[in-house]
Amino acid sequence: MSGMPGATRTGVPTPSRLARWGILGTVGLLFAVPIVAMVEFTLRRGLEGGYSLDRWITVLTFDLGPEYRVLGQAIGNSLILAAATVALMLVLLVPTMIVVQLKLPQLRRVLEFVCLLPISIPAIVLVVGLAPVYGVISRAAGSGVWTLALAYGIIVLPFAYRAVQSNLDAIDVTTLTEAARSLGASWPTVIARVLLPNLRPGLLAGAFISVAVVLGEFTIASLLNRQNLQTALVIVQKDDPFIAVIVTLISLLVAVGLLLVIGAIGRGTTRRTS
Amino acid sequence: MNDLIDRTDTGSLRVAAPVAFVDVVKRFPGGTTALDGISLELAPGELVALLGPSGCGKTTALRVLAGLERADEGHILIDGVDVIGTPTNKRDIGMVFQSYSLFPHLTSLQNVEFGLRMRGVAAAERRRRAAEALELVGLDHHGARYAHQLSGGQQQRVALARALVTRPRVLLLDEPLSALDAKVRVQLREQIRGIQTELGITTVFVTHDQEEALAVADRVAVMRAGRIEQIGTPEELYARPASAFVADFVGLSNRLPGTVAEGAVIVGTQRLPLIDPAVAAGAAIALVRPEDVVFAAAGDADARPAVVLTTSFLGSLRRTRVRLDDGAELTVQHEVGRHPVPGEAVHVRLTARPVAVAPA
Repeated sequence: MSGMPGATRTGVPTPSRLARWGILGTVGLLFAVPIVAMVEFTLRRGLEGGYSLDRWITVLTFDLGPEYRVLGQAIGNSLILAAATVALMLVLLVPTMIVVQLKLPQLRRVLEFVCLLPISIPAIVLVVGLAPVYGVISRAAGSGVWTLALAYGIIVLPFAYRAVQSNLDAIDVTTLTEAARSLGASWPTVIARVLLPNLRPGLLAGAFISVAVVLGEFTIASLLNRQNLQTALVIVQKDDPFIAVIVTLISLLVAVGLLLVIGAIGRGTTRRTS
Repeated sequence: MNDLIDRTDTGSLRVAAPVAFVDVVKRFPGGTTALDGISLELAPGELVALLGPSGCGKTTALRVLAGLERADEGHILIDGVDVIGTPTNKRDIGMVFQSYSLFPHLTSLQNVEFGLRMRGVAAAERRRRAAEALELVGLDHHGARYAHQLSGGQQQRVALARALVTRPRVLLLDEPLSALDAKVRVQLREQIRGIQTELGITTVFVTHDQEEALAVADRVAVMRAGRIEQIGTPEELYARPASAFVADFVGLSNRLPGTVAEGAVIVGTQRLPLIDPAVAAGAAIALVRPEDVVFAAAGDADARPAVVLTTSFLGSLRRTRVRLDDGAELTVQHEVGRHPVPGEAVHVRLTARPVAVAPA
C-alpha cells in the first residue's frame, strides 16, 4: 500500500510514490544540470575539441603557475577564517546557550530571536552596518584576515544555534547537570565531562555547517576588501575560468562531504538516544 | 561484607547522619510560597517519605536539602552542621531522580564510577566498588551497557547504585518509581527498602503515591500547600489522621454528615467515637474508612437499607459502592467471597471504630 496516497498514523497525508519520485527527480535535475555543465566545461579541450582531464590533473597535483599563488593564499585565509569562526562559536555561543538552558530559560526565546536574526538580513545590509565597526577594528587590531571571523561569527549564528539547540533539546540537560552536581562534580567538570560529550553531535554539526558557510562566503569579504577563497576565485576566473570552476567544484565536494558527515553524526545520535 | 555498608571514603566507620529541616521557607518568583516554614527531623538511618499532591512542596523540600534550590529562610542540618550555604557537590548526598538521569555517553559501570572519580578514588578501587554497587542492585552483568540498552527499571537501579556507591550521608529519592510500570514499581520499592535497611542510610523519599509511601517509610510526612500537615508512622497516619486532608489523602474515606457531641459523632442512629475528642460540638462530616462499613442483616441494630451501585474485585478484597436510602453513597470493603450485584438491595452499618471529622 506504500505506493498509494494516504495518511500516516499522525493523520498527515503523504504523496504517492510517483509524486515522491517526481519531486525528487525535479529537484535532483535542478541541482545536477549546472554541476554536470560545470564538469563538462572543465573537461573541454578548447578550439581543437574533445575532452581531457589535463586541467584537473594540473589542479590536483598543485602544478599551477605563480599567477595562481593567490589561490593558495586564499585557501589558507579561508581555512583560518573557518577555524576562527568555529572557535568563536564554541567559546561564545555554546556556553551562552548552556547558561540560558540551565539558569535563564525565560531568555531562550530572546536568544533564539537574536541568533536567527542574521538569516533575515542581506549580507550587503550587514556590511553597511559593519563597515564603520571594521574601521575601528582595523585601527585597534590591524586588518588581518582573521578579523573577518567576527562578521562570520554573526552569519553562522542561525545555523550553529539550530544545530546545538536541537542537541540540547534531545538531552535532559537539567537532570544530567543536577545528577552530576549531586555526585560531587564542580561546574567546570559538569560542562567538560557530562554536557560537552553529550553535545558532541550538535557541536560537530554546528562546526561543520559553519565551515561550509565560511568557505562559500563572498559578499562580506569582497565588500570589506579581504581575500578569501571566493574572492580569489573571481580573480582567477578572469585569467582562467576553467581553473576557477574546478576549484569551485572541489570546494562544493568538500561542503557535500561535510554535510554527509553531519548526517552520519545525526543518525548516530538518533540511535543512541532512541 | 559489601564495602558499601561499613566504611566511608576516609576509611572511618559509617555513622548514619541525622537530618533536620528547621523553619525552612522557599518562595519562587511570582509570589508562590513552595515551603512555608517546614520543620522536620530525621533520625540516623531513618527513611521518611514526603507525601502529598502535586504542588504541595515535597520535591522543593528535597531539592532544598540537596542544594539544588536555595532556601529563603531557615536551616538545613546534616549531621548537626548547617549546610544551607554549601553547594550541592559538597553536601555528600546521593540522589535518584524521577526522570532517567544516567549519563548517556557512559556505560552503567562508568556511570556508577562517576561519583568515585569526582572524589579522586584510584581507578582499580573505583572499578571494584562500582562493580559491587551494581551487584547490590542485581545488575552486575549489565556494567557494559549504555542507558539506552537498559529498561526503565534497570536504569533506576543503576541510578540507585550510582547514588549509593559514594557512601553518602543522605540518600534522596525524588519519585524514583513514578516512570515505571506497576509491577516493576512494587519490585523496585521493595529492593530500595531492603538496601536502605541493609546500609542504614538516612533517606528522604518523595512520592505522591500513598501506597508507596506507606509501604516503604519508617515515617510519612504528609504535605499540603508548603506545610507538613502530619508526620507519623504509616499506621498512625492511617488510623489516627490529624486532619480531614490527611484522612482523605491517606487511604479512602467515606464522607458522612453527622453531629459532634460529647466526644463522639452521631451519624444516622450510630454514635462513633472521635479520634480527636477535642473537636468542637456541632455539624461535621465523619470520615469513615471503607473497611469500617460492613454488610448487615435487615434486622440488625443500626442497619440501613441501601442499593448496590458497582462492585470491584481487587485480588484479596472487594470494594462495593452502595447508595443509602437518603441518597448518600458509601464504599464498603469486604471479603471477595461475597458477590453483590448492581441493583441488589442490601443493608449496611458502620463499625464503632474511632473516626476523624471534617468541618461540615
